[in-house]
Amino acid sequence: MIWNALLLALREIRRNLMRSFLTILGIVIGVSAVITMVTLGNGATRAVSDQIASLGSNLLIIRPGQHLGPGRDSAGAAAFKVADVETLKTQVSGLAAVVPVTNKSVTLVAMARNWSTGVTGTTRDWFATGKWQIVSGRIFNEAEERAGAAACVIGETIRRELFGSQDPLGQQIRVKQFSCEVIGLLASKGQSTMGNDQDDLLVMPLRTVQRRLTGSIDVASLMISVRDDASMDIAKDQVSWLMRERRHIGAGDNDDFSVMDTRQIAETLSGTTKVMTGLLGAVAAVSLLVGGIGIMNIMLVSVTERTREIGIRLAIGALEREVLLQFLIEAVALASLGGIIGILLATLASIGGAALMHVPYLFNPAINLLSFGFSAAIGVVFGYVPARRAARLDPIEALRHE
Amino acid sequence: MSEPLIVLSGVTRTFGTGAAAFQALRGVDLTIEEGEFVAIMGPSGSGKSSMMNILGCLDTPSGGSYRFRGLRVEDLNRDQRALLRRHALGFVFQGFNLLARTSAQENVELPLLYRGETVEARHDAARAALAAVGLEGWGHHSPAELSGGQQQRVAIARALVTNPSLLLADEPTGNLDTERSREIMDLLVALNRDKGITVVMVTHESDMAAYARRIVRLVDGKVESDIRNAAPAGVVPGAH
Ligand SMILES: Nc1ncnc2c1ncn2[C@@H]1O[C@H](COP(=O)(O)OP(=O)(O)O)[C@@H](O)[C@H]1O
Ligand SMILES: [Mg+2]
Repeated sequence: MIWNALLLALREIRRNLMRSFLTILGIVIGVSAVITMVTLGNGATRAVSDQIASLGSNLLIIRPGQHLGPGRDSAGAAAFKVADVETLKTQVSGLAAVVPVTNKSVTLVAMARNWSTGVTGTTRDWFATGKWQIVSGRIFNEAEERAGAAACVIGETIRRELFGSQDPLGQQIRVKQFSCEVIGLLASKGQSTMGNDQDDLLVMPLRTVQRRLTGSIDVASLMISVRDDASMDIAKDQVSWLMRERRHIGAGDNDDFSVMDTRQIAETLSGTTKVMTGLLGAVAAVSLLVGGIGIMNIMLVSVTERTREIGIRLAIGALEREVLLQFLIEAVALASLGGIIGILLATLASIGGAALMHVPYLFNPAINLLSFGFSAAIGVVFGYVPARRAARLDPIEALRHE
Repeated sequence: MSEPLIVLSGVTRTFGTGAAAFQALRGVDLTIEEGEFVAIMGPSGSGKSSMMNILGCLDTPSGGSYRFRGLRVEDLNRDQRALLRRHALGFVFQGFNLLARTSAQENVELPLLYRGETVEARHDAARAALAAVGLEGWGHHSPAELSGGQQQRVAIARALVTNPSLLLADEPTGNLDTERSREIMDLLVALNRDKGITVVMVTHESDMAAYARRIVRLVDGKVESDIRNAAPAGVVPGAH
């Protein structure tokens, strides 16, 4: 009986291809939206972790305040000083480099063109620690670093925006009241998963930035790379302990800075993308529910439209439950078909979207199965009312229906 | 003699309630034996269709009793009546009532589908039924591609594909011209004669009623006359 009903249902779907298509459109969109959102979200999460992990597992980042990521609050905590760098270098064993970093937003002018970007003030160790390569020119030397020379290394985006096809090396860029000479060009790293352009940066010696741009001796954050033969955990403990001492934090008080290794940073940042994934997925799931209401609506219309057909079936000897089953299976088959088409669409959209967003495409069997099961369940739930209405029709009335 | 196929005794059918109540059948007594060919005649509104619906177990009497092979139909529930229709009855309607956008073959197979017959059995039986009504090779056509006469033959094929004991036809020629009507009547006569299927047919044309061996006339929901036709048309080839 089930097999027969399935046969009837599939015939009916085939017979009304256009209507069937419109009926399942909502489900198709809902399923593909849910799966695409979750798949791309997972890809973005993975990409964020990968990107940070690519910096290496031996990196520590120290920031004032206790939070990291969007909405972080470091306003209350004091910034670091250059002296912290020296102290860490000398007092903690096993460190390969301690790199101070300070940022400032500025507008650059060169060749009669403007470009707004962030200036990074740091030391020469920054390049190796952040795994940056130089494609042409050089990085600033020790003398320039110490003197706070007006020399800068630029990212690919700045080269493109300010110099176009010209060679940037040796050119001057105006930064606020002073000009700096372009001495090097960084190799492109492309777009990050969080959507920002990693090549949109200009690097100067820390002292230059402090003197000419920020006007203070503050350092915004510290990057520490730990030697391969040293223990990360021990280094981390020692750094924390030393910083607590230098910042005069009492025994019972919490740190007013955070020391994180790359794994922790990756987790924190991917936590954010996970929340986003969840939210987008939930919104998409609502659209799936709306798709279910669409099925009910069109199935109800279909029952009215097919009243005469139902009358014929009943007159021929169809049982109430057979008609019920026919319409129910039709709804479930339609919804499942919508689910399958949605999955196919989502696969295409996810692969395309992943390529566009520069995130990996990660096939997620669970969300595909779940969406499919959910759409079939929607067929049952929203197909029941129309199916029962069809089954309860009076055959004589139904046959007389025009 | 064995039990009659149909026994209606004092059957009434009232539509509506209270002041709006209307009695379409006012005590119909009618006995039909297995193998008969009965024409039901009468003016419009005399209750012919109401009676056919009751005979076809699509409706139940408001009063009186209907026995089908001794079975009290009014005691059956909806599903039991559906099963009775499935296994013993065949219907032909004035409006053909074929499934649209469905091939003739599939239309004819429909009752077998509900009987749970195998694909091959359905195919063979439907093809044979279509051949029996002279539509060999038309199986793949949809109703829209067939003439009225052909559609009615598909409907007859669908009704007889299950080998019913009783074929009920409510104005089967009502939508057809005389030529086509005669072909349909010849078909019904042949089914009655060759397969022994009992035929009860409503018509308001005496030309068509002349094919039957018995003519029952309804007026105002009652049997007014019940006449045997000694020399029905179409029984002898070329009689008309
Ligand atoms: N479902 C119904 N509700 C109310 N009145 C009905 C219904 N069916 C039939 N009738 C009435 O019963 C009478 C007999 O109808 P019917 O059996 O269709 O007559 P016939 O087929 O002989 O023309 C008509 O007056 C008709 O209006
Ligand atoms: Mg009538």
